Order: sequence, then C-alpha cells, then structure tokens
Amino acid sequence: MSALLPSRRELDFQLFEVLDAGALAGAPRFADHDRATFDGVLDGAWRLAVERFAPHAALADVEEPQLRGHEVWLPAPTRDALRAAADAGYFAAPFDASLGGLQLPWSVAQAANAVFAAANVGFYGYALLTVGAANLLAAHGSPAQVERYVRPMVAGRWFGTMCLSEPQAGSSLADVRTAAVRAPDGTWRVTGSKMWISGGEHELADNIVHLVLARVSGGPPGVKGLSLFVVPKFRLRDDGTPDPQARNGVRCIGLNHKMGWRGTVNTVLAFGDQGDCVGELVGEEHAGLRIMFHMMNEARIGVGLCATALGCAGYVAALDYARHRPQGRPLGERDPASAPVPILRHADVRRMLLAQKAWVEGALSLVLYCARLVDERRIALDAGDAAAAREHEGLLELLTPVAKSWPSEYCLEANKLAIQVHGGYGYTRDYPVERLYRDNRLNAIHEGTLGIHGLDVLGRKVRQDGGAAFAALGRRIASTVQAAAAEPELAPLARQLGGTFDRLAATTRRLVAAVRDVGPERALANATPYLDALGQVVVAWRWLEQARVALAARPATPGEAAFHAGKRAAARYFFRYELPRVGPTLELLDSLDDTALAMPDDGW
Amino acid sequence: MRRIMVCVKRVVDYNVRIRVKPDGTGVVLDGVKMSVNPFDEIALEEALRIKERGEADEVVAVSIGPDDAQQQLRTALAMGADRAILVKTTDVVEPLAAAQVFLTLVQKEQPQLVILGKQAIDDDAAQTGQMLAALWDRPQATFASKVELAGAAALVTREVDAGLETIEVDLPAVVTTDLRLNEPRYVKLPDIMKAKKKPLDVVELASTGVSAGETLKSVLVEPPKPRSKGVMVKDVAGLVDALKKKGLL
Repeated sequence: MSALLPSRRELDFQLFEVLDAGALAGAPRFADHDRATFDGVLDGAWRLAVERFAPHAALADVEEPQLRGHEVWLPAPTRDALRAAADAGYFAAPFDASLGGLQLPWSVAQAANAVFAAANVGFYGYALLTVGAANLLAAHGSPAQVERYVRPMVAGRWFGTMCLSEPQAGSSLADVRTAAVRAPDGTWRVTGSKMWISGGEHELADNIVHLVLARVSGGPPGVKGLSLFVVPKFRLRDDGTPDPQARNGVRCIGLNHKMGWRGTVNTVLAFGDQGDCVGELVGEEHAGLRIMFHMMNEARIGVGLCATALGCAGYVAALDYARHRPQGRPLGERDPASAPVPILRHADVRRMLLAQKAWVEGALSLVLYCARLVDERRIALDAGDAAAAREHEGLLELLTPVAKSWPSEYCLEANKLAIQVHGGYGYTRDYPVERLYRDNRLNAIHEGTLGIHGLDVLGRKVRQDGGAAFAALGRRIASTVQAAAAEPELAPLARQLGGTFDRLAATTRRLVAAVRDVGPERALANATPYLDALGQVVVAWRWLEQARVALAARPATPGEAAFHAGKRAAARYFFRYELPRVGPTLELLDSLDDTALAMPDDGW
Repeated sequence: MRRIMVCVKRVVDYNVRIRVKPDGTGVVLDGVKMSVNPFDEIALEEALRIKERGEADEVVAVSIGPDDAQQQLRTALAMGADRAILVKTTDVVEPLAAAQVFLTLVQKEQPQLVILGKQAIDDDAAQTGQMLAALWDRPQATFASKVELAGAAALVTREVDAGLETIEVDLPAVVTTDLRLNEPRYVKLPDIMKAKKKPLDVVELASTGVSAGETLKSVLVEPPKPRSKGVMVKDVAGLVDALKKKGLL
C-alpha cells in the first residue's frame, strides 16, 4: 500500500488555484519566494512523509510510549523522522528570517503540515506543539527569552509543550491551582501538577520547553489570575545550552493510555514536588490566559488540519480499495457466472466516497483559507493597513472554532465511511482505516471540546466588535455568491447558499438578542448545533468557491478536465446532501428549544 | 577531476499507485505527482559526495523532457548540483535518443565522469548508460554499489548475479547506480531558495541535432494480474507437492 497522503493535485488546486498562493510572493515579506519554492517545499515534505513518517504510523500505534522510571521510551523512528524534518527546515518554515526561519507563507507551511499529519499524525504532533510554543514566545517573550528559547525551537533542536489542564481543571481553566512564587533572583518557583500534556517528557530533543499556566499569589480568582511561565526540562548554562546534568524540577509521573494518536506521548507532569522547578514569567503577571490563547488558537486550527489530514488519508485508502476490490455485480445483472465488478461500481459505495470527498476536501479548503488569513493579516500589518489587518484577524477568530470543530466532526465521519467501504476488512487491524478513525477521534476533544467551541462561537465570536467579523464573513460569502450567480451551472447553488446564509444571519441575531432577553443558559443551550450550522454554511461557501474555480479552469488534458468535473460534482453533492440539513437546525435554534436543558434531573 | 555530469529523468513518483488508461494506450499521468527517478537521485548523491570529498570541482545535472522537468532539475540544484541543463522536448525519448542527446552534452561539457541511474522506474529500460558509453567510446561500470576514485581511474563495485564484482575503469567513464550505492539526502528548505540563483539552461532538442520520437510501437498497456490468494502448507512435503502440482518442480 502506498503512503496515504492527500493527492498532490488536490493540494496544488487548493493552494495555487483556489487561494492563488503564487501571488503571495508579490508581498515584501515573501519576496524571496516564488511558485517554484513553494513546489519545492511540498516536494520535500512529500518525500520525508513517505520515507520517514508514513512507514512508522502503524508501529507508533502498536508500540505505545512507555514510562520507565520518570523517562519516556518511544519507538526509535520517532526521533529519526522528526530530526530529518527539523534538519530539512520544516520547523523553521514559517518563522521570520531574523529568528532563523525561512519566512514562508503560513498557508504553504500548513499545506506541508497536512502531508506530515496524513502520513503519521503521532510524529507530527511534536512539530505542531513546538512551532506553536515558539510562535507564542516569539510574539510575547522578552528579547532574552526569544533568543534563549525560540531559536533552538525554530531549529527543531528543542521541543515545546502547552501545560494548561490539571486533573481537576480541564475545560474550566478558572480552577487551575498550579502556583508560582517569585524567588529573590527574579525567577519563579512553580509547584503543582498538570494533566494531558502531550510531548511532556521524551528524549527526542535536547530540551523541552514547557509553557505553564499558574497562579501568582495575590492575583484575582478565575482565569484573570493566571500567569504564563516558561519552564525548561533541563536548566540552561550561562551560554544558553541545556545542562543534561541539571534537571529542572519537573517530572513525568504518569502516562495516559490513549485510544489513538499514540505516537505522541501524553503525560501527567509534577512541577516542583522534588527539587526546585524554576520558571520565567512570560509577559505580564495575570495576563497568562490571553497570551496562551496565541498558542491555543494556532493549535486549534492545527487540530482542524490534523482532523482533515486523517480524513484525507482515509479517503485515499477507501478510494484505492474500492477501485481494486471486486465484489458483486451491478443490480440487474442476473448471470452469476459474470465477472464481479470493483465495488466502486456500486451506487452506495460511490455515495460513501463522494461524501468523504465532499467532507475532507471541504475541510482542507477551510483550514487552508484560515492559514491564508494569517498571511493576509501579516501582509496588511507590514503595509500599515490596520483596518484590513483587524478584519483578517476578526475573521480568523470567528472561523477558528469552525476550523477546529467542523473537520473534527465531519472528517471523523469520513473515517467511519472509509471503514464502511472496506467492509469487515476495515474493522481489522490489517487495514489502516480503523487506526485513522481512532486517531481522529481525539480531535473533537482536545484543544477545547466541541461543546466549548460552540459556546465560544455563539457566546463570544459572533458578537465581538459588534458582530464585525460575522458581517465580514457575510460580505465574503456574498461576493462568492454574486460571482457564482453569473454561471448558469452554479446559479442554483449560489441562490441556495445566499438564502441559507440569510437565514443563518437571522438566527444569529435572534440568539444574540436571546442572550440578553432570556439569559445565556437558555440562549446558548444549543450552541453546538449552532456551530454545526455555521460550519456547514462556511464549508458550502468554500465548495462554491472551489466549483467556481473548477468551472473557470481551462483544462489542457482529459485528466485535468476530469479533476475539475470531480470538483463540481462534489460541490453539487455538498449542496444536495449537506447544506439542506442546516434548515431544520436553524428552525430548532430559532425556537430556543430547551428540551435538553429542561430534562428533569431524575428523569434519566 | 573537473566535472561530473549527472543525468536525471522526470518520472512518476515511486509512491504513486500507477493506473492504466482505460483504452490501454499507457498509464495515467495527468495530475500525478512527478519526481526525480530514484536511481538518478542516487547518482546525484554520489556525485555530490565525490565533490564534497574534494575529488571533483563541479556537478552538472542534465535532463531531457518537457518544460516541467525544470522542477526535477531544481530539486537537483537544491540537493547541491552547481548548474543544470534541460534539453526540452515533448516527444517520446527512447534510450538511444537519450544517449545521443547526452553524448552531445558530454562533448560540450567534457565531464570526466557521467553518473546516471541504472534504469528509470517508468520504462525500466536500463539501456541509456550503456548506449552512452558505447557512443562515447568510453568504459562503463554499471549497477554500481561502491565508487572510489583512484587518479585517472575509478574502482567500481558492481552488483552482479553471483555477488559483488569490482572493476577498474579508466576515466572518463560512465557509471550507472544501483540502489545500495548510497542513501540520498533530503532537500533542505534554505537550499531550495539558494537553488533559484543557480544557472538552469534550457535548450531545444532540435539544437542538439538528435531527433526523438517513437521507433517502438506499443500495442497494449495492461495492469498486472492481481495476485491470487496464497495457501499455507503444513510442512516441506506439502510445499514440494504444491510446487509439483503447479509444474514448478
């Protein structure tokens, strides 16, 4: 079996045809690059993914991380793969040249990341965390912290973590208890324990940089009293190198044994229970959560990207299986001696494959669009256009819970159908699709559960700045709708999307008003279905955009024509099978239904 | 040694599952990921290592193919080749025509060593290196698993049916590479950017005086028959019986 990667044609379509990434090279920030560089970045990612990541995905699932004393054992190929990716510059790709980075567009880096994640999400997890932690410190660390910690992380020599949750405080960070006390030398002593820390202990890197949320005494209660600390696994010598003999007081005291995504070790960490745990404050006291959100937002879109990549991998596996598995005969063929046909010939298998294509390629379009917003914001800031930068940032904030949640739900559903296409074989460990499903099941849970993101989007994001981001989204959707309406083939889809968005906007206004009128508990009781409806509308928009680009393309070969025809068919599928499901959800939301909320406590 | 020439071919990536066109006229190439022929990548890696040991001054990568083959030459430049030449054509280039084109480049560039893959993974012809050596009237060392330079000669260990064979060839010579010669390096992203500044010349096939095109007629392209399910035998006697039944013993 070949490596299960999204097709290169698909990534090229999303990146260069839909998002016109080649044009980014016109911005001063990306002036050193061109389409050829971007192609080279993807080519290199492909090769690393095929040779160093994909061959070990099944191994990393079977050979779970083990705790030996307080150290973690991982299969050897983990280190080799990450070393190769770091040496080739894939950690450094999006960072500023002044930090040792390559200053590549985030959208191009994310396309490469999708390839790594599809190949082996467990290995990729370490890179995701490290780049996120380094980005946070680059934005909020002191110049000395940037010099000390960011450079080795950009080079991929040190890895990063995010330490938020505790055994008693997961979704509710207000209950975090880990404490930090200032020492006479200006550093801090951190004590407490942290739960669900991915990459919390290993020997893959020369050092591990933990970003830790903790309370400083005298601060306000709740999330407003949290401060952020950087805590290295090994203390640093004066020259900034880690001293392997000088372990800081942070220990791995347990592992979580997961259903999937086992290649990334998940740890329980104890800080300062044996020996001093020295930390440095990042930014101001009590500003920890706001700063941590820098990494959380990036990680959330990263989760959406991983969910998408796993969905893509399952789709590739299912399509390959359906093309090559002969079974059954077409309905109406009565001759039992006739040759069986590949199962791709059967209508229901085609439906399941088209559903997967519509979900995973819709999700890919969404997460890469979000990455493009990061690039656009940066370009606007460089150009001194604060208003444009604010609009891109607002849209990104609004779309972050969508880009995290929609792929987590629908690409998991795609993995379910990938198993279904394989029949009984798909349920066995002889085929990779059951592993992909288990890996993907995490994505609706970590980095904020689905329910948390529902509350975030409806309780906060659609309302912030007077609804400015939601309005900006509306303008962008309207612009696609208007352009598509001029094409006879797409006009019905454009009308359908325009109408559905108008209904969604009305429901949004109603729910925002309801928060004031009937209170948040009732108004937000169905925030998760609201997030689903918003996601369906946004992905329908991305599909209409894809269909528009596919229709306008002038394919030079029959294969190209078939690719673009496939895009248009998948767009039609989405508008026939998926988008109509939004209507009943909006009706439910409009009614402020409280069936679940009002369920009697003793009625379960 | 002043110069090594490395021939690289643009082929369907080895990880792509090949699909045959329904009309049997060839394999599907549209939208398929293309890469440097893996054996040629090994050839390039070997040339770079020779240069890095201080035994060569310059590595020139050459290719024959459509404009898009520039991508593979860019990869070669990013890996470390100093410059590249593409002989541009959209015609089918069979091994003899390829060898004739490479001969014109050899005459122009005067390399002391030409290294190329023992075969390309698309047509598996395994002929170009030998034909080039014959046309050039220079020694050839094929299927190399080890290459050492010794003054005006090269010691080449070859993978042959009986095991390993070491031969000495006078330079200039043609070496074709086998899989175990080395493990090619990964391209580093900063080197992709540096490669943009390296020269990549594009010349038309017509300028070489060689005419390409199909001299062989392909009748039908079919996918291999799917493997039938295996059977487990209990013991050696069972195995012997099974082989006899199939007429294999």
